[in-house]
Amino acid sequence: MNQADQQEDQLYAAREPIFPRRVSGKFRNLKWVIMAITLGIYYITPWIRWDRGPNLPDQAVLVDLANRRFFFFFIEIWPHEFYFIAGLLIMAGLGLFLFTSALGRVWCGYTCPQTVWTDLFILVERWVEGDRNARLRLHRQKKMDLRKARLRATKWALWFLIGLATGGAWVFYFTDAPTLLNDLLHFRAHPVAYTTMGVLTLTTFVFGGFMREQICIYACPWPRIQAAMMDEDTITVGYREWRGEPRGKHRKAEGAENLGDCIDCMACVNVCPVGIDIRNGQQLECITCALCIDACDDIMAKVGKPRGLIDYIALSDEKLEREGNAPRPIMKHIFRPRVLLYTALWSLVGVGLIIALLSRQDIDMTVAPVRNPTFVTLSDGSIRNTYDVRLRNKHGEDRGFVVTVAPSDVFELKLEGYDENVTDVPADSTKLQRVYIVAAPDTDAAQAERTEMTITVTDPVAEEQVSKDTVFNGRDN
Amino acid sequence: MSKKPEKKEVETTGHSWDGIEEYNNPLPRWWLWTFYACIVWAVLYTIAYPAWPLLNGATPGILGFSTRQNVAEEIASVEEANAAINDRLASAELTQISADADLQSYANNAGAAVFRTWCAQCHGSGAAGATGYPNLLDDDWLWGGSIEEIHTTISHGIRNETDPDARYSQMPSFGTDELLSKAEIRQVVNYVMSLSTEPNDPAVVEDGAVVFADNCASCHADDGTGDRTQGAPNLTDAIWLYGGDYDTLITSVSEARFGVMPNWNERLSDAEIAAVATYVHGLGGGE
Repeated sequence: MNQADQQEDQLYAAREPIFPRRVSGKFRNLKWVIMAITLGIYYITPWIRWDRGPNLPDQAVLVDLANRRFFFFFIEIWPHEFYFIAGLLIMAGLGLFLFTSALGRVWCGYTCPQTVWTDLFILVERWVEGDRNARLRLHRQKKMDLRKARLRATKWALWFLIGLATGGAWVFYFTDAPTLLNDLLHFRAHPVAYTTMGVLTLTTFVFGGFMREQICIYACPWPRIQAAMMDEDTITVGYREWRGEPRGKHRKAEGAENLGDCIDCMACVNVCPVGIDIRNGQQLECITCALCIDACDDIMAKVGKPRGLIDYIALSDEKLEREGNAPRPIMKHIFRPRVLLYTALWSLVGVGLIIALLSRQDIDMTVAPVRNPTFVTLSDGSIRNTYDVRLRNKHGEDRGFVVTVAPSDVFELKLEGYDENVTDVPADSTKLQRVYIVAAPDTDAAQAERTEMTITVTDPVAEEQVSKDTVFNGRDN
Repeated sequence: MSKKPEKKEVETTGHSWDGIEEYNNPLPRWWLWTFYACIVWAVLYTIAYPAWPLLNGATPGILGFSTRQNVAEEIASVEEANAAINDRLASAELTQISADADLQSYANNAGAAVFRTWCAQCHGSGAAGATGYPNLLDDDWLWGGSIEEIHTTISHGIRNETDPDARYSQMPSFGTDELLSKAEIRQVVNYVMSLSTEPNDPAVVEDGAVVFADNCASCHADDGTGDRTQGAPNLTDAIWLYGGDYDTLITSVSEARFGVMPNWNERLSDAEIAAVATYVHGLGGGE
């Protein structure tokens, strides 16, 4: 090895492959359940049907980009109601703060798609190639014989199918799922569908199969942020060093009576999906998946020691425990002002969104006075103002909306294109209706600079009404 | 060997802040290769696409990519897509355009674009006009406000020298050509202001009526309501092209006005003229 190679070795390192050993225990079971629920939601949701009547799609969850609608069961979001999405994102953000300050990187450990899919990929890997030791042997076997080739090919094929299902499920959220599936199978779906599936298949395959913990360590900003979000009361995965140290294997050797509970069996290291040793303390790589807790508890039971050498602990309890006292109860750590504040903010946004959702009407209107020019003088000296009125009909059928102006004794209203004050708004759409309002020459409204007035839209069928205050610009402008 | 070789201690950068030191972990090797790949990509990109600035523009790139050409292609494709409806618009009966919702909508939007490009300079982007340039939103029309009349005005223009079919009329300069005395002009101006009930001097109105009947009524009609075939404005309404105050009217009568509008039949296509006529007709004052 020459000088240059040595130099490069220090600056760049190849990834050290990680072969997590199988583990069982309560956190592993919890993770299986969460994996089943999250993947289940992801793959099944587009197939749930929801009857909305004749003119609307019957897919329960649908992001209809072409018609600019978002359907979520009984909720229908229009583009102008995007604040609901913004509100949900704010809730997601606050929720992340809430959970991180209370439970550390619990999102990373249990529900992050990268974690869930990696877990699934490792499960497949274990089915095909065996547990840690078998996989290690296969890895160290340099020669690509028939068995190794067969195992590798099987594993990759399964991974690829999972990736394909992942990308496939994604596109179903954007158009009618049964139709799209039929189109996909007959190779007549839109190229965008195939491209999206291709990209997501590839990223799932690469991220879940090969990148794994490197996404968390190098690509994800969250590990950096979490350090700022956690404090000493945050519950996180840690090693009770004061109980475990000094560690040692040889229990019967001389001086063994001084040893701590850790028997240095490496179980916690062998099950770790990010390849760290939790006994070294808090580390950026740790996604707090809690598998080391299960592994260690298992060993402690076997050697007849109490569980919890590696456990969910709060750093603030270290001093208490070192002095031989019991740690404060977990609930005391969780219910502290900071967490309560996040909970309150989170709930506040949620309640606000629900109120906004329930108070929505099925008709809606915006009024924009045309300000170029502010007014027009007509030949008889009367003053005309023009308004661009956008009318939304969220009903599944065409409606005739009645437009009126108040005070009606001063202003005369005319709808462009109609003789009557009724405009037809097609089902489930927005219509731009130009409205002319005229004040007679001798009225105050015609002479003054501005006069307050109100435009009202009524849907006689649903008996709904929306009013908007606006102004009339007179001659004195 | 079942045991992994001992991991050697990671170096630190040697920096220490309040006792906190920074690890100097090695970068992953795939990251290094990604970095090299990006450099290769960047070099190939500058060969394939316009990149290096030279004295007379940038290197063209071997793919022949050009944003200008993209725009030209896009315009051509839009024009091709609109060819059918443009043909329909050019050959449509003007009064029947509003009966066809698609055609009407296309004409309004295309007309608005034409208006903002060619008409807004004088008539304003909101079509409200300016002194000497008619407001197209109101219900007063010098040469007629039906869609056909608007179409004719746009096609041939007004008082221009390029189109023999341009609308034409000329008001005499009663003052500068000494057709009327200054006293008579004052009288007739007061009479005209009385027609639209603007403040006037009642003492001279009656004399003004005589002057008006002798000199003005042939074009502006006996009752002052004007004559659209000659583009003679209605003097009884509330709308004044050049202004309805005393001084402005004195100037208008003395020196006359001669507003010119170019003919657009040489610059705009038939479809564009039909579109902009539809748009102007639909602004709120169309008849």
